[in-house]
Amino acid sequence: MCLAIPMKLLERDEQRGTVESGGAKRDVMLTLTPQAKTGDYVIVHAGYALEVLDEAEALRTLELFRELGEAGE
Amino acid sequence: MSALSGYRDAENVRRIAAQIAQVELPRPVRFMEVCGGHTAAIYRFALHDLLPDAVRLVSGPGCPVCVTANDFVDRAVALAQLPDVTIATFGDLIRVPGSSRSLAEARARGADVRVFYSSADALEFAKTHPERRVIFLAIGFETTACTLAATLAAAVQSGTRNFSMLCALKTMPEALRTLFSAPGVQIDGLILPGHVTTVTGMAEFDFVPREFRIPCAVSGFEPVDLMETILMLCRQIEQKRAAVENQYTRVVRQDGNPHAQALIAKMFEPCDMPWRGFGDIPQSGLAIRKEFAAWDAAAIPVEVEPAREHPGCRCGEVLRGMIRPKDCALFGKACTPEQPRGACMVSSEGACAAVYHFAAEER
Repeated sequence: MCLAIPMKLLERDEQRGTVESGGAKRDVMLTLTPQAKTGDYVIVHAGYALEVLDEAEALRTLELFRELGEAGE
Repeated sequence: MSALSGYRDAENVRRIAAQIAQVELPRPVRFMEVCGGHTAAIYRFALHDLLPDAVRLVSGPGCPVCVTANDFVDRAVALAQLPDVTIATFGDLIRVPGSSRSLAEARARGADVRVFYSSADALEFAKTHPERRVIFLAIGFETTACTLAATLAAAVQSGTRNFSMLCALKTMPEALRTLFSAPGVQIDGLILPGHVTTVTGMAEFDFVPREFRIPCAVSGFEPVDLMETILMLCRQIEQKRAAVENQYTRVVRQDGNPHAQALIAKMFEPCDMPWRGFGDIPQSGLAIRKEFAAWDAAAIPVEVEPAREHPGCRCGEVLRGMIRPKDCALFGKACTPEQPRGACMVSSEGACAAVYHFAAEER
């Protein structure tokens, strides 16, 4: 029910936008994310973007896992 | 996005599992997840199998469909019988049994019940069908509440008077307080819902470590996320700490989403709310503010049957983490996803449905 998935924001027209994930496109409401801009990944739930995904942070965390592996092997 | 596949990477999962196995726990521990999305992911990726025997996971009241009380479904079914009414709902709710019937059964008997992915689409439907009275069934936690607040605000702003909401929105904190205050509840760590916290921020849950000394971590939904969250909880226990930590840093900000919070506060106010398995929990729900009463379907007069529970259904105990799904005599026999008797078997996020679909050895 609280399922929300990251989708790429292709275009923004004020409160509405188009997002894409795995080739599927859909309309999204951007009322809750005034800061979202084209090219951002947004977390989409029930037709609304809830938040902008921090891509740099996502990559940084994964890098930590890799180091974890190197330290433990 | 390439970065996201890393959160499903089996190698990363294995690395974290090895770290968990190395933590020196003083005793066996039970961690509770209170988000249906987490429940579904834990079973889908069989994370139970990757954890040491000393670390057990238990599901809590984290599926909005499952904790929706029968009387809400009964009222929606009654409203569906009224002339010119269209019931608009998220798909999860349509098969939940009411006292006599579900919305799907009401639809089969001729009621106009429509499933929408987004409440914004339901508002558009109302605008293009002025002859219909569209009633949206507003269920969910804070994650969904902010989207419904935005849609309700748009309905008010556009003066769309043939659109209303029947509201049973719930908020997490008071339900957790009720759960942890109950006698006999032994939970050693709390996996906090990532998308609720995306909206509310972290401070909402500070009371859990403060009042109950229970470690908490906000988790994402991929297997790597959940395993890292479990590792964080184990380390808090090892270090004799209890705090609210954030594993889902790529999405969850410390203060949450201020725009979402402002919209919820503008359109809704806290109210007492019945939860399946818990009864009434004070201040654990959201009601439409008085000034928007014209958009509140609770005011529509309708005869609702007295609520009854299905005999033998133990969903309430499952939701409190007191029993496992297979401890219920109906599980997998009289109650299956095809013929659900209880709400926890209906929703894909319900603990019973998750066990039924993904955990053959538990069936």
